[in-house]
Amino acid sequence: MLEAQRLTQLAIGHKATVRSVEAQGLTRRRLLDLGLVPGTTVEAVRHSPAGDPTAFLIRGSVIALRASEANLIHIL
Amino acid sequence: MGDLVIALAGNPNTGKSTLFNALTGLNQHTGNWPGKTVAIARGRFEHAGLTIELVDLPGTYSLLASSVEEQVARDFICFGGPAATILVADATCLERNLNLVLQVLEITPRVVLCVNLLDEAERKGIAVDTTKLAAKLGVPVVPIVAREGRGLAELKERLIEVATKSGEKAAYQPVYPEQIERAAKELVPQIADMLPAGLNPTWIALRMLEGDESILTHLPQLAPVFAEVQASTRGQVDALRDQIVTAIYRQAEAIAAAVVSRPARQRTDWDRKIDDLLTSKLFGYPLMLALLAGVFWLTISGANYPSQALAALFFSIEDRLTQLFLLAGAPEWLHGFVVLGVYRSLAWVVSVMLPPMAIFFPLFTLLEDLGYLPRIAFNLDGLFQRAGTHGKQALTMAMGFGCNAAGVVAARIIDSPRERLIAMVTNNFVPCNGRFPLLITLASLFFGQGALMAGGLVAAGMVVGLVLLGITITLLISWLLSKTLLRGVPSAFMLELPPYRKPQIGRIIVRSLFDRTLFVLKRAVMVAAPAGGVIWLLANLTVGGQSLITHLAGRLDPFSRAIGLDGYILLAFILGLPANEIVIPILLMSYLGAGAMLELDSLSALHTLLVGRGWTWLTALNTMLFSLLHFPCATTLLVMRKESGGLRWPLLAVVITTGTAILVCWVIAQGARLLGLV
Repeated sequence: MLEAQRLTQLAIGHKATVRSVEAQGLTRRRLLDLGLVPGTTVEAVRHSPAGDPTAFLIRGSVIALRASEANLIHIL
Repeated sequence: MGDLVIALAGNPNTGKSTLFNALTGLNQHTGNWPGKTVAIARGRFEHAGLTIELVDLPGTYSLLASSVEEQVARDFICFGGPAATILVADATCLERNLNLVLQVLEITPRVVLCVNLLDEAERKGIAVDTTKLAAKLGVPVVPIVAREGRGLAELKERLIEVATKSGEKAAYQPVYPEQIERAAKELVPQIADMLPAGLNPTWIALRMLEGDESILTHLPQLAPVFAEVQASTRGQVDALRDQIVTAIYRQAEAIAAAVVSRPARQRTDWDRKIDDLLTSKLFGYPLMLALLAGVFWLTISGANYPSQALAALFFSIEDRLTQLFLLAGAPEWLHGFVVLGVYRSLAWVVSVMLPPMAIFFPLFTLLEDLGYLPRIAFNLDGLFQRAGTHGKQALTMAMGFGCNAAGVVAARIIDSPRERLIAMVTNNFVPCNGRFPLLITLASLFFGQGALMAGGLVAAGMVVGLVLLGITITLLISWLLSKTLLRGVPSAFMLELPPYRKPQIGRIIVRSLFDRTLFVLKRAVMVAAPAGGVIWLLANLTVGGQSLITHLAGRLDPFSRAIGLDGYILLAFILGLPANEIVIPILLMSYLGAGAMLELDSLSALHTLLVGRGWTWLTALNTMLFSLLHFPCATTLLVMRKESGGLRWPLLAVVITTGTAILVCWVIAQGARLLGLV
């Protein structure tokens, strides 16, 4: 059994599948509305020059998330 | 009201506003949504003998009402009674757009779906089978390229058909897991009779199951049933909502998979290559600075000549006016008040402000249109994050370069009230167009002598330096606020980085000239004209042989000297509260003691005048710093009061900014004197 991975651990240029979203309330709604539902493929595209946030390719569009949010998304 | 009211909805960055502009042309106006801080544009066009009123709803990813924008968009489609809704979808990421489309179809079948950005999709080798999509969704689907006007004729035809045909059509309805479908079915008979005609009871039942209380504002009669539902779903609301969202996305995926074909091999992705450069660790920040400096340099050097030409024109008109007054035998004071006060300050404001704004705003809008602004937010978010605020504050800050009042309004894009207040209170630390002329003039007079080209570069460098200082102070004060008065956890930051788009030059010019340049100019003129009159009075009413201005300046002088200014300068800033652009004219008027603003025929004359008044590089520097950091103008303060709903925050903004200005100027003045630099 692999240990639970989080979206923050996904290396740039790599893809993964969303397993679950740990966020609560409004943040959770937002993430889901962007299409981060279980089973979605996500690719890490680039870090900001400051290191955080990171841009991800989600369902055809590039969305930047801070580590604090990306850390709430579990991936496979 | 037109014959037909049509709603226009879609995801952000799908070219929705481009379509809106293409359909309505200049026949539009923007207003606030009643009771909400959400701007809504309305426009009209004629087709088939009907006047169609188009309502441009805020761009949203979903209609599940988790933000004000989503609630406004949903409420209008549900309760605003539009004859039909146009949905705009981006052909390059149809799947995510279909999420919104399916949500709308659940509310109403009177929909025309536009698949936009087909040109961009073609370049990426993506093809969308719109016929098949129409068959699957049960509503007309029109392929369009809004920016070129392609497909608009067909869109209008389909729109009239959908809006005027009576009888319900069967559009695609999302299917949910059995448990949810069953719960909704049980609920429908209990609420169906209580709903106004045209509202889908299943859709309302689903909203009740996922605990969306916002529907009660329009349907208060549902409250008792809603309470029962909430009692029985306690603890499961999140899970129910997850299942609903996931189900819609699954179906969007399936539909997209059936109608979209992608190239087998990925083509070169230019957006990625450009982003590799513009947001790279090495070049991201230097390029941003270079771009900023470039924009300022173009504005400074480009505005020079037209400014002089305008000034010459206005002052020749003034001579005519004076002759006219003499001919009519008007008393001296009337000529003074009207011509030397009101007219001259108007002439000054227009000739000093119009050229730089007419260059700056189009350039800024160009960057906006290209899609560069979200990259600025992406690059700078790390800094704002450390300051405990929202990354989108970078965007409101950028807007402040045009006009701080506009920057304060732009803070609406930040959802968290705490972070929005920080963005509003600190917006004034970036200089607006009303302050750039002062910064630029003083920078070129005192720090950019020498050859025109090199001098211009030094002056531009100086202005960039001041802007960087302003940004640093923005971050510092934001950090202080988020540690003290506005404590709290940073809210979630999700920012789309849309593909770069070929800018539409015509639209940029129209939009920046009409919406921004003329708007700001009109405001400045409305403020400058009466202020010019009042200042003329202050300069000409004498008490004990001295004008009121001299008296007031004398009072302010000791304090002003301590912070490296003089009484006249500080007074000019105070009298310039209505609009920053009149600070320099007031100053010159009071220096000359002539009781009227100076006819500025050349920069060297201005230099001689200021040096004659005891100005040194320190006076110039501190005047620039004070201008950069001091209290916001009256318009910005009024806007802040409206946006924050009280006097508290605008007053705090005055205290924080002016306090910072005084502190910085004092430290520099004392330091320079201590070190014997002046």
